[in-house]
Amino acid sequence: MQAHALEHEHGHGAPSGLMRWVTTTNHKDIGTLYLWFAAVMFLLAGSMAMAIRAELFQPGLQLVSPDFFNQLTTLHGLIMVFGVIMPAMTGFANWQVPLMIGAPDMAFPRMNNWSFWILPAAAILLVISLFLPGGAAAAGWTLYPPLFIQGGISYDLTIFAIHILGASSIMGSLNIITTILNMRAPGMTLMKMPLFVWTWLITAFLLIAVMPVLAGAVTMLLTDRNFDTHFFNAAGGGDPVLFQHVFWFFGHPEVYILILPAFGIVSQIIPTFARKPLFGYASMVYATASIAILSFLVWAHHMFTVGMPAVGQLYFMYATMLIAVPTGVKVFNWVATMWRGSLTFETPMLFAIAFVALFTIGGFTGLVLAMAPVDIQLHDTYYVVAHFHYVLVSGALFAIYAGVYYWLPKWTGHMYNETLGKWHFWLSMISFNVLFFPQHFLGLAGMPRRIPDYAVQFTEFNMISSIGGFVFGASQILMLIVVLQCIRGGRKAEAKPWEGAQGLEWTVPSPAPYHTFETPPVVK
Amino acid sequence: MSAQSHGGYYLPAPSYWPILGSAALLGLTLGATLFIHQVAGGGWVLLAGFALLVWMLFGWFGQVIGESEQGLYNQQVDSGFRWSMGWFIFSEVMFFAAFFGALFYVRTLSVPDLTSANNALLWPGYTGGWPTQGPGIKEAFEPMGAWGIPAWNTLILLSSGVTVTWAHWGLKRGNRTQLIAGLIATVALGLLFLGLQAYEYHHAYTELGLTLGAGVYGATFFMLTGFHGLHVTLGTIMLITILGRSLAGHFTPERHFAFEAVSWYWHFVDVVWLGLFIFVYWL
Repeated sequence: MQAHALEHEHGHGAPSGLMRWVTTTNHKDIGTLYLWFAAVMFLLAGSMAMAIRAELFQPGLQLVSPDFFNQLTTLHGLIMVFGVIMPAMTGFANWQVPLMIGAPDMAFPRMNNWSFWILPAAAILLVISLFLPGGAAAAGWTLYPPLFIQGGISYDLTIFAIHILGASSIMGSLNIITTILNMRAPGMTLMKMPLFVWTWLITAFLLIAVMPVLAGAVTMLLTDRNFDTHFFNAAGGGDPVLFQHVFWFFGHPEVYILILPAFGIVSQIIPTFARKPLFGYASMVYATASIAILSFLVWAHHMFTVGMPAVGQLYFMYATMLIAVPTGVKVFNWVATMWRGSLTFETPMLFAIAFVALFTIGGFTGLVLAMAPVDIQLHDTYYVVAHFHYVLVSGALFAIYAGVYYWLPKWTGHMYNETLGKWHFWLSMISFNVLFFPQHFLGLAGMPRRIPDYAVQFTEFNMISSIGGFVFGASQILMLIVVLQCIRGGRKAEAKPWEGAQGLEWTVPSPAPYHTFETPPVVK
Repeated sequence: MSAQSHGGYYLPAPSYWPILGSAALLGLTLGATLFIHQVAGGGWVLLAGFALLVWMLFGWFGQVIGESEQGLYNQQVDSGFRWSMGWFIFSEVMFFAAFFGALFYVRTLSVPDLTSANNALLWPGYTGGWPTQGPGIKEAFEPMGAWGIPAWNTLILLSSGVTVTWAHWGLKRGNRTQLIAGLIATVALGLLFLGLQAYEYHHAYTELGLTLGAGVYGATFFMLTGFHGLHVTLGTIMLITILGRSLAGHFTPERHFAFEAVSWYWHFVDVVWLGLFIFVYWL
């Protein structure tokens, strides 16, 4: 991205060409690698989603076998979570955290490189698993035994891929947390940090706390599969439900790992385009921390139907509903930031506003699902699918889009094509709702998730949903075009291309030089 | 341009070690999978991955040690290492928490539930209790008692915590003899622990019928003690490394975070053992 800057500053000795990217210890290079990796994985997992929607366009089995359909849903989920959203957010952290806190780079640049470069190893394991006898893992992204215990060689590859992805996340988080705690510019106290940095500090803590738990869970799967242990087998005194507990002890904080950095991005963008400081900065920080703490205490709301004492159901129901309080604080603050601001609606702002509206819908359906008696009806239906796509696509993914458009001028030195950006936004926003809103109705009417065929009364809504899906998929090509165009050229971006933007990243030129803040700035 | 001139904070030049480490992990995981499924050549891939990993660790840590000895790391780098090592140990604590959680869950929930009226039809006559191999496994086993080797091992690990601290006092006072003697004692105690643990496993497999397959008792016993033993092994290797560095005259009374990091890790392994001794062996 910054070839010019590189030629000036890099000079002799450093590898060039491909090897520059393989050996790089520069946070901006590594951020770029993370973001491109996420983009490639997005195309891969996105095409799996297209195949899923094509199969579900009408009842009956048309395109793929049921077993391959299950492989598609499993890989789509695993790759979107671990290969797209998480790497993209880490890419943002790499690019932006040092720029935002006035640090010369990440704390451990070589480990930073390794955190990225083990991701392709995990991707290779997942992709080759598709071509092995029996196909890829087909037990769902949640890997539940006993089904997961019964699969073939691909299941073991999936376990190891998760180990590697976890190692990458832990190393990345150690780096981010140390950078934030140890490398802030003089005067940048914790409560002066941009909110994006705060959300990543808390996210990194969550990752360090729960990725090892996932590693433990899949290790038990590995030994149950291959080494005769009985953790998840009642014959040996174990219990398949034990896996669900351990998995969701990881899994629930994981969904906040996916969304907290998105909160951070949106909290940078809305004040910029409202030309007002963020409303309730301190309450945003405390709300983020509260969400993180609560995330450890609610995991079994994913398991209301496995059988649980009524006391347990009540506890997990009320604890889950409690999360709506800090989340509500955030939504209120974003709206209050916009209230009586001098609003303009550039593409990042459009995506940020769509985030606030649509993520809130996803949050509300989450509240519906939190009610144990209702959840028993809706568990494993399309209502759940609609819920988590509202929080992950119009939540996390839209925030990633907003962030890319927002910081692209800083990264490339060029303005992106605003017209195409707006087209990308409106097409995505509308087709997203066409795609996922009807799935609420399907779920309420009883359509189960993870099936390639369905009863005929679900046909119309499935067709509508699939059409929305195809439009949504095609619209994302636009984004690729906008980004590529912006890298190759376009109107020169100023150091601060957005009038209302605040923060250290806008004090360096655009594109940001290869090395920034070698002498730390002083923050007043 | 490389790194030394960046306003104090040392930024390393581009490096080939990470990509070698990635290739090593790919080889290890792919090789392990092929090996488990008895695909020809899998063992060799596994071995190659392992060899590459060992080479990478030697090369990478060697470079870090060299940079440290050249005085490239300032106070801020040192405090970064401290933060990061602390959080890394926290991640290790959470890894063990998953297995301790599994142990507590089976003891308090799943095993008692298997004896309930609901399950009486499926598993008639199962009485539960702990230790248990579960209702469906016929081969009996004897559990590992706490007051033989495990009690000695507790004493050994606690003593090694004392010796490593004694070595640290020596380092801080500039008393190299005390430093080296303390480290040698710690390494020796670590190796003694591992030897006794290996003997205990042999005893379990050959005489007690206690194996990985011995129901959920065997599974939790071997996973918890096994991962702990692996961490003791790593800790001992780390101790041997800083022993070698001490012999080579590295470390000053003021600057020796590598030593402290290893001793933190060693104390962490010690604390995990106390949890194991109480909840796996004793209660």
